[in-house]
Amino acid sequence: MRNVTHKLILEDLTCRFDDLTVCDGINLSVDSGEMICLIGASGSGKSTLLRCINLLEPIDSGHIWLDGEDIAIPGLDPKPYRKRIGIVFQSFNLFPHMSVMQNICLAPKRVLNASVADTKAKALELLEKFGLQDKANEYPDRLSGGQQQRVAIVRALAMQPEIMLLDEITSALDPELVGEVLEVVKALKEQDMTIVLATHEMSFAREVADRVCFLDGGKILETATPEEMFTNPREARTREFLHRIL
Amino acid sequence: MSQLSPRKRYEQQERRRSLLIATVSLLAVCATLYYLVPKAPGWESVKRSFFNWPILEKTFPTLLKAFLWDIAIFAWSLPLIMVLALIIALCRNVRTPALFPLRVFGALYTDIFRGVPTILLVYLIGFGIPGLGLARPWNSPYLWGTVALVLTYSAYVAEVLRSGIESVHKSQRSASESLGLTEADTMRFVILPQAIRRQVPAMMNFVIALQKDVALLSFIGPVELLRQANVYKSLMANFTPYIGAAIIFLCVTIPATRYADYLLAQQRSVRT
Ligand SMILES: Nc1ncnc2c1ncn2[C@@H]1O[C@H](COP(=O)(O)OP(=O)(O)OP(=O)(O)O)[C@@H](O)[C@H]1O
Ligand SMILES: [Mg+2]
Repeated sequence: MRNVTHKLILEDLTCRFDDLTVCDGINLSVDSGEMICLIGASGSGKSTLLRCINLLEPIDSGHIWLDGEDIAIPGLDPKPYRKRIGIVFQSFNLFPHMSVMQNICLAPKRVLNASVADTKAKALELLEKFGLQDKANEYPDRLSGGQQQRVAIVRALAMQPEIMLLDEITSALDPELVGEVLEVVKALKEQDMTIVLATHEMSFAREVADRVCFLDGGKILETATPEEMFTNPREARTREFLHRIL
Repeated sequence: MSQLSPRKRYEQQERRRSLLIATVSLLAVCATLYYLVPKAPGWESVKRSFFNWPILEKTFPTLLKAFLWDIAIFAWSLPLIMVLALIIALCRNVRTPALFPLRVFGALYTDIFRGVPTILLVYLIGFGIPGLGLARPWNSPYLWGTVALVLTYSAYVAEVLRSGIESVHKSQRSASESLGLTEADTMRFVILPQAIRRQVPAMMNFVIALQKDVALLSFIGPVELLRQANVYKSLMANFTPYIGAAIIFLCVTIPATRYADYLLAQQRSVRT
């Protein structure tokens, strides 16, 4: 055990696809209740980094410390850690053949062995909190994109994760639906959830992030408070990127 | 009467018109055939040996009874095929290196049993294994005929299932595994239900083909519909019983084919 001071620590995390190094020596520590926003151009490795943290992508070298425990040792069963870390993707999140309720209850039932009644009650509670209580029995294709993403967040929350990873959860949405999903993220932050969020929504990052990381070519080029990052970035590359996007 | 919009009324008129044209042209073709065919020089003898009403009337009830065997063989083969196909498809899909031999087995299985003509397999298994001199009931042609059908068809259905499994978007697997579900649970609750749903129409086609291929067992013994028709043919020196058998098969396969087409059309309309 070491590094117990932070909730999550990435140490020299490197991930390659063949000869393409997508995450190149990432170092980042995340405190409990902190919200980190990852920004960077398309292909800079944001999604891959989040997938690595959730152990969906095996890392080539480095460490991922969760509460002081290295969870990225090759050969270690990832499942016990995955259930402590929730992730929501850009799209194709929900299981299309299951109702909202079934989507939410599957993992608690199968992974946590929670009782059906318990699971359902908790699911309803969460749905209610996010204004989805009347959608419990709908199928995903009957929901709007924004509703689908909110259900996906609820599904991840139903596992009572300690960290939430959100990967551009609004970029597949129509502009008028972005707001409702970001509201949910804000609510999560207010409940002191630890969040790592990859986003193209710079104004949102600026509003809610505790720290912003700028990724470029698989490296964290710059980490700063939103204030610094968006008004006075240190690196030329960051300035260039922000200039292009804002 | 409800008021139709001009467009609806126009469409209705068009529909009626095309229905009328279709009916008239169909009737014209039938009438021509009805008039021309009996003029062929061999028609009288063909009519006697293929379309002999008294013989059809006499043999049809027994043919129908023989068809019960086809239904029975079909009914017990189908679940076996589905189960075995599922097992083979899952074998072909294992990713654990330790289970690599299963993958090889799955691939060999589908290659071999799809590569051999069904009739050949029916002969080989249906004659070969009882030829070992096994005691009853292990020498039953019903048993070994079924085995031959199950082996062949499960190979085809396994391939259909496998391509269904591969067609499920890989982020569905990610989504499931990110929630902490095991690979087995992911397959069972997330991937397979989607794969099977997607492939129902394709599998229906094999179900229909199976219904027909049950008749291949006639070559190794079971007195099912085709063999019964064969018996009558020899007995009465007349081919009409074959027509009877064809009619019975069509009564089952045409509705089934239409149903499969309907399922496919429905699925297409859902996707877009
Ligand atoms: N499974 C994979 N196999 C090979 N290369 C991959 C794979 N996944 C991602 N990559 C590559 O890794 C690089 C980073 O991809 P990633 O999806 O992490 O970027 P991103 O920052 O999330 O981009 P975006 O903003 O477009 O989502 C890209 O060049 C991509 O082509
Ligand atoms: Mg991405």
